[in-house]
Amino acid sequence: MLIPHPLLGLRDAQEFTYLGDARLIERPDPSAPDAEAAFCDYVFLRDNPAGVHRELWFHEQGDRSWLVVTRDTVTHEVLSAELARGVALTRKRSGI
Amino acid sequence: MRFSGFRVFAEAIKGHTGWRPLWRNPEPKPAYDYVIVGGGGHGLSTAYYLANKFGQSRIAVLEKGWLGSGNVGRNTTIIRSNYLLAGNEPFYEFSMKLWEGLEQELNFNAMVSQRGIINLFHTDAQRDAFRRRGNAMMLAGAGARLLGREEMRAMVPFLNHDNGRFPIKGGLMQPRAGTARHDAVAWGYARGADNHRVDLIQNCEVTGFRVDRGKLRGVQTSRGYIAADKVGVAVAGSSGRVMAMAGMRLPIESHVLQAFVTEGLKPTIPGVITFGAGHFYISQSDKGGLVFGGDIDGYNSYAQRGNLPVVEDVAEGGMALMPMIGRARLLRMWGGVVDMSMDGSPIIDRTHIDGLYFNGGWCYGGFKATPASGYAFAHLLATGVPHETARAYRFDRFARGYVIDERGAGAQSNLH
Amino acid sequence: MTRLAGGLIDRSQSLNFTFDGKRYSGHAGDTLASALLANNVRLVGRSFKYHRPRGVLSAGSEEPNALVELRTGARQEPNTRATTVELFVGLEARSQNRWPSLGFDALAINDLLSPFFTAGFYYKTFMWPKGFWEKVYEPAIRKAAGLGRLSMQADPDSYDKGFLHCDLLVIGGGAAGLAAALTAARSGARVILADEDFRLGGRLLCETETLDGAPATEWVSALEREFDSLPNIRVMPRTTVFGVYDHGIYGAVERVSDHLPEPGDRVRQTLWRITAKRAVLAAGATERPIAFADNDRPGIMLAGAMRAYVNRWAACPADAVAIFTNNDDGHRTARDLAAKGVHVAAVIDARPEATALAGYRVITGGMVTGSRGRLGLKSIEVHGNGRSEWIDCGALGVSGGWNPNVHLASHHRGRPIWNDAVQAFLPGDDGPSGLIPAGAAAGHFSTAKTLRSGAAAALRALNELGIAAALPSLPRSEESRYGVAPIFYVPGRKRAWVDFQNDVTVKDIKLAHAENMRAVEQLKRYTTLGMATDQGKTATVTGLAVMAELTERSIPETGTTIFRPPYTPVALSVLGAGDMGPHFRPRRLTPTHHWAAAQGAVFIEVGQWMRAQYFPRPGETHWRQSVDREARAVRSAVGLCDVTTLGKVDVQGADAGEFLNRLYSNVMATLKVGRVRYGLMLREDGFAYDDGTCARLADEHYVVTTTTANAGLVYRNMEFARQCLWPDLDVQIISTTDAWAQIAVAGAKSRALLARIVDGFDLSNEAFPFMACAELTVCGGLRARLFRISFSGELAYEVAVPARYGHTLMERLMEAGAGLGATPYGTEALGMLRIEKGHAAGPELNGQTTAAMVGLGSMVSQKKDSVGAVMSRREGLAGDRRRLVGLRPVDPAGKVVSGSHLFAEDAPQRLDTDQGWIASACYSPHVGSMIGLGFLENGDERLGEVIVAANPVEGESARLRVVSAHFIDPEGARLRE
Repeated sequence: MLIPHPLLGLRDAQEFTYLGDARLIERPDPSAPDAEAAFCDYVFLRDNPAGVHRELWFHEQGDRSWLVVTRDTVTHEVLSAELARGVALTRKRSGI
Repeated sequence: MRFSGFRVFAEAIKGHTGWRPLWRNPEPKPAYDYVIVGGGGHGLSTAYYLANKFGQSRIAVLEKGWLGSGNVGRNTTIIRSNYLLAGNEPFYEFSMKLWEGLEQELNFNAMVSQRGIINLFHTDAQRDAFRRRGNAMMLAGAGARLLGREEMRAMVPFLNHDNGRFPIKGGLMQPRAGTARHDAVAWGYARGADNHRVDLIQNCEVTGFRVDRGKLRGVQTSRGYIAADKVGVAVAGSSGRVMAMAGMRLPIESHVLQAFVTEGLKPTIPGVITFGAGHFYISQSDKGGLVFGGDIDGYNSYAQRGNLPVVEDVAEGGMALMPMIGRARLLRMWGGVVDMSMDGSPIIDRTHIDGLYFNGGWCYGGFKATPASGYAFAHLLATGVPHETARAYRFDRFARGYVIDERGAGAQSNLH
Repeated sequence: MTRLAGGLIDRSQSLNFTFDGKRYSGHAGDTLASALLANNVRLVGRSFKYHRPRGVLSAGSEEPNALVELRTGARQEPNTRATTVELFVGLEARSQNRWPSLGFDALAINDLLSPFFTAGFYYKTFMWPKGFWEKVYEPAIRKAAGLGRLSMQADPDSYDKGFLHCDLLVIGGGAAGLAAALTAARSGARVILADEDFRLGGRLLCETETLDGAPATEWVSALEREFDSLPNIRVMPRTTVFGVYDHGIYGAVERVSDHLPEPGDRVRQTLWRITAKRAVLAAGATERPIAFADNDRPGIMLAGAMRAYVNRWAACPADAVAIFTNNDDGHRTARDLAAKGVHVAAVIDARPEATALAGYRVITGGMVTGSRGRLGLKSIEVHGNGRSEWIDCGALGVSGGWNPNVHLASHHRGRPIWNDAVQAFLPGDDGPSGLIPAGAAAGHFSTAKTLRSGAAAALRALNELGIAAALPSLPRSEESRYGVAPIFYVPGRKRAWVDFQNDVTVKDIKLAHAENMRAVEQLKRYTTLGMATDQGKTATVTGLAVMAELTERSIPETGTTIFRPPYTPVALSVLGAGDMGPHFRPRRLTPTHHWAAAQGAVFIEVGQWMRAQYFPRPGETHWRQSVDREARAVRSAVGLCDVTTLGKVDVQGADAGEFLNRLYSNVMATLKVGRVRYGLMLREDGFAYDDGTCARLADEHYVVTTTTANAGLVYRNMEFARQCLWPDLDVQIISTTDAWAQIAVAGAKSRALLARIVDGFDLSNEAFPFMACAELTVCGGLRARLFRISFSGELAYEVAVPARYGHTLMERLMEAGAGLGATPYGTEALGMLRIEKGHAAGPELNGQTTAAMVGLGSMVSQKKDSVGAVMSRREGLAGDRRRLVGLRPVDPAGKVVSGSHLFAEDAPQRLDTDQGWIASACYSPHVGSMIGLGFLENGDERLGEVIVAANPVEGESARLRVVSAHFIDPEGARLRE
């Protein structure tokens, strides 16, 4: 597979390490009253879709950036890749 | 029809005119007591034991493709009960005992071949971990041998003992482990279930669940609505897709696992050998092909095919461990969708919907569990309580903190 | 010799070779198969199940019958298709799967027993008596099964791996592929042309039809010259593209020197990973036989192959031949053979009407219904026009039509589409993106159509890439009719082979049908149709057609099996190329590696690192002597150990403290500059993960260490936390594991030793107490970092210098410490010292234990959040009462064995009464007996109790006393001296 790194262009997926669902960015509020349940959901449960999936890849043999890659899990077609830090910052700024 | 050498002989004499279908092709009935979703190894064995051991009737198995079209027909055929943790080992040992009687039980020769498995170790720390595991196996009655360097050299002389990157220091062996002919397992259970009037319905895809005030009423399928008192889902790699129709998110990701077979060769290796310093395990089929595999590709996938980096990684592992296989040729590589759970262990449990039961999360090791998984699932479906060896396989173990994590890898499914 | 005139062989070069020990001669340009045929060798192999005598069926990689063991010794190569082996001088080949000889094979008895050995018979029998399967039946089956033999020796040849990139990859160098490559090459695009044959041209090499009125080879040669002159095309003969992977990545194997007696300086094969923006699939088509009674005798071959042997290799299959066809292509074989002077006894055409292309006898509406000749065809039975006759012939060419080689187009599970006009599956439009089928692979069967199709496919690909290109002028060529009729097998009572190698007959398919194995995949798996080394290239479609007829469905309704890589089998040695033996994984060497090696150190693998395990001295005969001495030196004087392999991460920024606070379970933000704190990390699921130290060098500058094993993982997680969880924090991190050499200086005399190398730095306990850190210079100006931390429980330091000075620092420390008893120690002593001190390490932090279990529960701060804090409170973790304890044998000479399971004395020993395990154990010179660290149920409350450590896998059991995990200096006074 090839990953279109937003800074470095097309890179072989072998340079990357895969983590999983991009919702792992959305770490729950540890001080919320239902924190334990929210964390269980966050740590263990997955949508696991057959189709478009937003997922985290780490450019471990490269520039060490985490990417959010949007990929179809049925065809393996990559639809987009963006810096995870940008995704996470946008989320923070929008106050989610 | 009972199978035997005599029957084959008699049929040969009269020109093979007497053979009957191994199973019928029934039309789905409007309602059943039990509907099993998934006509793979686990679904078929569940139906078989429901009918045969738990005396249940009005059972259907719904398969979206053809019987045995899932992972039961695309794995590396290994059977073993060499686990460490108390949540797992008794279950897999129960499965091993069922394997040992399978031919007689099913009157179908699934070629259970107990030629042993050797897990090689290459460091002292690995040896200590294997000793702990071997002792757990001994305590569960599964049997184990901890073998040293010289014993390995004598037993498997063709391995790279002297010139490897990671020297072979020994191995943990389970002599009773081995392989079975994977398709035949599905066929044997299918035939056995059919003999007990289980309806095996192929080309029938479940498209939804009908739930009324928390109670399951039946399933929508590509061949119409089918009412059911209890529905058991055993769909491996499709677990996420199917359970999403019941509004559930699972502690499971679907990943691709590749497997490989070489051209047929005269007897080359005994039993199953696994490399402890790379991703590679291998056995030889009765037909002569070297059957081997390695790590999962590592990314979520429903594609039933993988990519070259893992192919090369597995071949590198093989060449590092046993360079004498270099001149063997890879004949075929394929991929299956495996239901990787968040602790590497399976789930056999009821759900929040009354009447809906789930069996999945088998990761890349579901084949060896086929008999016990079906037995335990049938036990749960028929009696309402978990089988004694499957009590740990609950959904709530994640929330409550009782994960069964053999590798200690944590909640990242592709590390298990 | 039965050589004809002409052909593309070099008669000036004679090559001697042997088959089954008998000497023969062929020519350069021959394959082993063509040379054998030219030497009138027709019997070349035995089938898998019935051990039927077999000859050459095809002239290409689809060959199911002519499999040989090629070469000898460690280079022995089983199951090698004689039809693809280029002849070289001294070639040695042997037939396989026969005993005692090819001509007389004892297991041919299976053929007589074939009524019993039908499809799937083994599933129905061998079950009684129960014990016989393992001891009798299975060993016998295994011995009989399999084809060739491995040498059981390591492959002596070299292999390589490479990466190629191009705009257009053309797969196949026949008419379509050449036209495609020409179109693309002239456009300036970067082109790769790969073909599995050793000579470009494909079927053009086998035909007599002309291009622009001249032999086709002239056009091919002109193209080769043009390609040679262009910088943007790479022509790769002997290269099989075996698989299509994601995003335009193709796997290919180049057989660099398989055509030579030995590779010499070259690699044998190269594995190429080709990344192509577009590809043209011009893989041609494979002819299929028509199944009829006894259609597997040596001498019965595919009609197109027969034509190839005559035209390309000038090898005459027999004095008299017949042709059995259902299409016009079969007549071209008859025509070409007749033109070469071979007697064509008859062409049996299954169609009601047919036109002869030359003056041979045609039997229209005819069927071949039988054959004779045990080790080679003698005659065939023909049924036509209401009567039967036997026709004498030594060879029969059979053409049942051509199957486009759609394989690669279906490697992404796309389904091929049935086409009635050509009676074959064509590539569907759901193939891999960027792959364009052309030529015969796309169902175009005349040379003219094939050329046009190839050029058009290239043009389309270039268009999509925005590369301007023009159609080249293509040569005038034949545009003959094909006219195939849907005839796949001849009904009859006798066995008619569909899959030659695996001995699957029409009867077997009927049996599968009767037993309801009707889905194509079930048919395949039950009968083994298409599972032989040829992956059913000549068999599968015929099998489907038979099943379709039985189920009264069409062939497309019956479906196809899934096409899987590789297109043709690939040697494992080239797939694992280059990384064999000691090169399987990189070796990471510590900065003092060469110094240690010079001291005679014994090294051990720790992940990818090589670390000094111990340093034997003259007179020491057992590793324990060395290790005990090293450990004693640390306890009594001073020891030196390279600990560079510990992970090191530099953390800087205004929020560095806050960042570490969130990563470590204990508080790090309050750490004072110049101080070090031991830190524990949890995984987000609450289990203990990694430990290390965290040193604050400046207000906004921390250096943290990780365990060796987790160095990469922890860094990855830290980057995840920085980029994904808390991107708003002002913090930057970088792994410096390889940048700093770090040496532990441990023991009571460590301060004295260090004082001799530091540049005026106050090492006194007051100025630089336990858990202090500083940046300083040593050895006269070398910048360094000093940490007063201890893994051994002794007064100890770790000193870090830039990695390139590590070696010299170790030398200086040894020189300076000569009078202090400075002793290098390795990982064994390191491990022993930490067990004595009760420090948890890898065996205790195995990912299955909690902070409380390893005795660090108090380190999980309840005042702040950190990774894993919330989940560590779940009942299963919080309620786990196993605790780390020390263990000593009741009998001082007794053993403590890690991996033993712990039980209360007199308790039954079962998994459900299991109370824990021993994680680490060693002999302790300090204690004077073996000691261990283990996890025991309520262990912290059971000090003094005697328990049983069971080790049934080694038949051992020991009584152990539960003690504190701190075998040495439990108060920690030594650390603070």
